[in-house]
Amino acid sequence: MRRAGWALLVAVGIAALGAPVLTPHSPSERFDAGVYAPPMPVRVVDADGRWRAPFVYPVRLVNRLERRYEEDRSQRMPLVWLSGGTLAGVAGDAPSPWLPLGGDGFGRDVFARLVYGARLSLSVALLATLGALLAGTLVGGLAGAGGGVVDDLLMRFSDFILVLPAMYVVLALRAAMPLVLTTPAVFVLVTGLMAAVGWPLVARGVRAIVAAERERDYAQAALSLGMGRTRLLVRHLLPAARGFLATQATLLLPGFILAEATLSYVGLGFPDPTASWGTMLQEAANVAAIADAPWTLAPAIAIFAVVLAVNLIVQAPAIQSLSGRSTPPGGTAV
Amino acid sequence: MRDDSGQPCKNTAVARYLARRLLFAVLLVAVVSSAALVLTRLAPGDITAEQVGTGASARALQAERLRLGLDRPLATQYADWAARALRLDFGTSLMYGRPVAGLVAERARNTAVLALVALAAATLVGLPLGVIAGSRRGLTSALIRSASVLALSLPSLVSALLLVWLAARTGWLPTGGMSAIEPASAGGWPAWQDLARHLVVPVVALALPLAATIERLQAQAVAETMREPFVSAALARGVPARRVLWRGVLKPAIRPVAAIYGLIFGSLLSGSFVVEIVTSWPGLGRLMFDALRSRDLYLVAGCAAAGGVFLAFGGLLSDIALAAVDPRLRGRVGGGS
Repeated sequence: MRRAGWALLVAVGIAALGAPVLTPHSPSERFDAGVYAPPMPVRVVDADGRWRAPFVYPVRLVNRLERRYEEDRSQRMPLVWLSGGTLAGVAGDAPSPWLPLGGDGFGRDVFARLVYGARLSLSVALLATLGALLAGTLVGGLAGAGGGVVDDLLMRFSDFILVLPAMYVVLALRAAMPLVLTTPAVFVLVTGLMAAVGWPLVARGVRAIVAAERERDYAQAALSLGMGRTRLLVRHLLPAARGFLATQATLLLPGFILAEATLSYVGLGFPDPTASWGTMLQEAANVAAIADAPWTLAPAIAIFAVVLAVNLIVQAPAIQSLSGRSTPPGGTAV
Repeated sequence: MRDDSGQPCKNTAVARYLARRLLFAVLLVAVVSSAALVLTRLAPGDITAEQVGTGASARALQAERLRLGLDRPLATQYADWAARALRLDFGTSLMYGRPVAGLVAERARNTAVLALVALAAATLVGLPLGVIAGSRRGLTSALIRSASVLALSLPSLVSALLLVWLAARTGWLPTGGMSAIEPASAGGWPAWQDLARHLVVPVVALALPLAATIERLQAQAVAETMREPFVSAALARGVPARRVLWRGVLKPAIRPVAAIYGLIFGSLLSGSFVVEIVTSWPGLGRLMFDALRSRDLYLVAGCAAAGGVFLAFGGLLSDIALAAVDPRLRGRVGGGS
């Protein structure tokens, strides 16, 4: 199970890294004959039942008004391997472009957008995870090693943020910025915002671990031998939290992928031509589009695959996160 | 303070506990709504940009701002709002021109219906499945666990979109278009039926990951409790296994689930935002989103206040649930940490 999860995650990672090799199309390239075009699967058996080298059938627009397409069975577009810097494609003079997962409402290649979008969505989530872990470690380490008033204030603050529904905090803070921003600005902003709401749980855990380690004999011994507090914290106390941080990373990552998707879905994420899983889902905001072109839901499946992979690896993470947060009654922190 | 049962300290403890809860709730609501107001006020742009349109002259815009009281400094405006809010007057929505309180109450009720039905559904499905999966080995347990991991991997955004697709494809259920719940109480049976049909997609999307979470937690707790000596003792005395499970094991094993109820309210609120947007459910999340976008600051503050009330209520509910299943906590409730 665990292995299947890793395999899935690695596959998504390769797809993201190898995006330019996997598709000849740019994520923002519009094809006139591709508006809501259906997926074009690779075939090895043709209409007459004969085996062929892998090929695809071109699609033809039969009704422009209803956007109805039909497979053109009379001609085959054989796949051309390893040409023009891509793994597979169709010849340049082919009757229609090859859109493996169909086209979106602007005639763009859904597959190309999916793999290029994976780069953006995953890197935002990864960086935000890193940021949240760093901030949480810093705050938790300070609180755990410092103790006293500092500890009290920092933990109260992080408990307060924990109580708030994270999605609303990100949404409100994002909405308070200019609504239309460039892609790099959105990247920095969204990453920062997600890290800013993600750290408290990390901080609480790190604080608990550091505070417990500090009382152990070896720490006391190091202190009495004249080791500096900072050095002790960095060299000996924080490494004890490594396993905890790894678990936290697997909890934060899926949440951040989803947060980006949600923000972009409601139009507060990346601006339109930019491909991310969230901006792609915006296509699916229209019920008619979902019904007629379900392949626009491809990013939803991609998100499901990544979350499933993480869940398979760590086995039911949501449970740990929720029970880890629980506070005893009467002793509610805030 | 002495009552008929002759337990003076228990009563004061409960009173003190309730007072603490209430204080926390008031504080939460005040902080959250104030922060929302100040944040929206500081955000670039204001409501006039959308209202008057791009063709309006600078003078017309200024006049509009003056009329709405947006020209005042932040501190004055906030103090004015806070003074009114203390008297439970939350101002008038700039966007809708209606009192914020009424608008928010109406939408908050829709969200509450959605969230509570989803919570009930998740509990009704997740709890028994968790007990079954935790108490047995073999195929049933493995099937339930696999289904749970799948459901856990279906965040509400994903499941809502997939369900909308399914509903649109089959035509069995409406994909949205719930406009108001009012008629349900007045319109009799057909209205209730209509409400139920509209609820299916959002509730399933919201409840799915929740049910899986509850199932996993419950299974874990039951499996742990099954290893306790008292279970073997009961079985050895000849108490039927079924009775041991549903009477003896369930009660101590339900604690972890009760403990997360307070936190579930937060994730319910976050999850319902997504579901409301995807299935166009007229709830608090969509109202707040629209208000944020159009810089309707009083409405944003009102929505935030409602969210705070909702969270505080969730915390209270969680504590009550915990006290109900764990008699040890009843005396200590409110005793402080």
